[in-house]
Amino acid sequence: MNINLTMLGQLIAFVMFVMFCMRYVWPPLTEVMRNRQKTISEGLENAAKAEQQLQQANESASNELEAAKREAGELIAQARSRANQIIDEAKEQAKEEAQRIIDGAQDDIDQEISRAREALRERVGELAIEGAEKILATSVDRSAHEAMLSKLSQAL
Amino acid sequence: MASSEGLTSQDYIQHHLTNLTYGQFPDGTWGIAQSPEEIAAMGFYAINLDTMIWSVGLGFVFLGLFIAAARSATAGVPGTLQNLCEITVDFVETNISQVFGSRPNALIGPLSLTILVWVFLMNLMDLIPVDFIPHAAALAGVPYFKIVATTDPNATLGMSVGVFFLVLYYNFKIKGPLKFGAGLVTHPIPHWSMYWFNFILEIVDMLAKPLSHGLRLFGNLYAGEMIFILIALLPFYAQWALSLPWAIFHILIIGLQAFVFMILTIVYLTQAHETGEH
Repeated sequence: MNINLTMLGQLIAFVMFVMFCMRYVWPPLTEVMRNRQKTISEGLENAAKAEQQLQQANESASNELEAAKREAGELIAQARSRANQIIDEAKEQAKEEAQRIIDGAQDDIDQEISRAREALRERVGELAIEGAEKILATSVDRSAHEAMLSKLSQAL
Repeated sequence: MASSEGLTSQDYIQHHLTNLTYGQFPDGTWGIAQSPEEIAAMGFYAINLDTMIWSVGLGFVFLGLFIAAARSATAGVPGTLQNLCEITVDFVETNISQVFGSRPNALIGPLSLTILVWVFLMNLMDLIPVDFIPHAAALAGVPYFKIVATTDPNATLGMSVGVFFLVLYYNFKIKGPLKFGAGLVTHPIPHWSMYWFNFILEIVDMLAKPLSHGLRLFGNLYAGEMIFILIALLPFYAQWALSLPWAIFHILIIGLQAFVFMILTIVYLTQAHETGEH
């Protein structure tokens, strides 16, 4: 328990160890720790940013999906109405066509009728005379009744 | 063990509390003292070899561990050693920032780290059973061999005096000689007629710091070592009943005392840096 030179020796050793520590231990270790702190904080920041980006991406993706769905719906509706329109048009056309055919047929019929009438008209005198001859059993003078016959055929 | 060697308890205790001292005998020759009387005769110009060997050796253990960790240190995923060293460095930094604040000072960090780990390692030797190494040394022909350097007041006072010099240095550097001198005489009673009294008080206060700083560590470890030695006087089959609880309790003490020594260092240096008003 005597105080002796050991104290001085201890003091020198202490100073040397502190100097070594100051030179070789403290700076690299603290620097490494600072760097890691920086790396970790940057990492966390990046993770937060990435999460935000992911959220944005999700949002925009769902928006896109929504828009695509809406567009598809519109297209389908358009197509449907177009189809209906086409069908209506076709119906219309078909009706018109049918009408035209009917009209044509009617014209033909009318012509046929008037032609038959014409023919009938031309032959009504003969027939009337023939009929009258048969009824009267006598010959009627054609020329005497010509005027009356033409009046009759006019009436027909 | 004491009785088996034909020693009295007092001799045994005395043996365990004596350092291996190298110095000059009264007859002028140099050598290792073989008895406490010879050590006393050597006076101041002697050196405790065991204290120096253990403290310097453990200092190199500290430096070796931490330099190895610092060499291979990576900012990525740290290894076990690096983790351990970083925890220690972080602990020291936290304490410094709490007491010393954020003044720029390149010295206080390494200083505190060195004190904490070095003193802890020296204290740790206290947990080695008291007879192992001294007995082995005795078999090798070495008369005394204390393995706990901090139970030697030379070691603790050597460190506290080192801190004291630093305190003086920073007082001069930060406050300047004039302000430092003025601070010595104007506190605590700021009246010119009491300056002489203030000066005496401040000098006592100043000198008491390194003394209490070093002796506190020494006293705690010395007392702990003494109790281990007393326990070792019991019959061998009964020793564990006391030495085990004491050793477990002592784990707390060795860490705590290393921490206290470091904190006091930081506090003293903080005071030396305080230029402020009070």
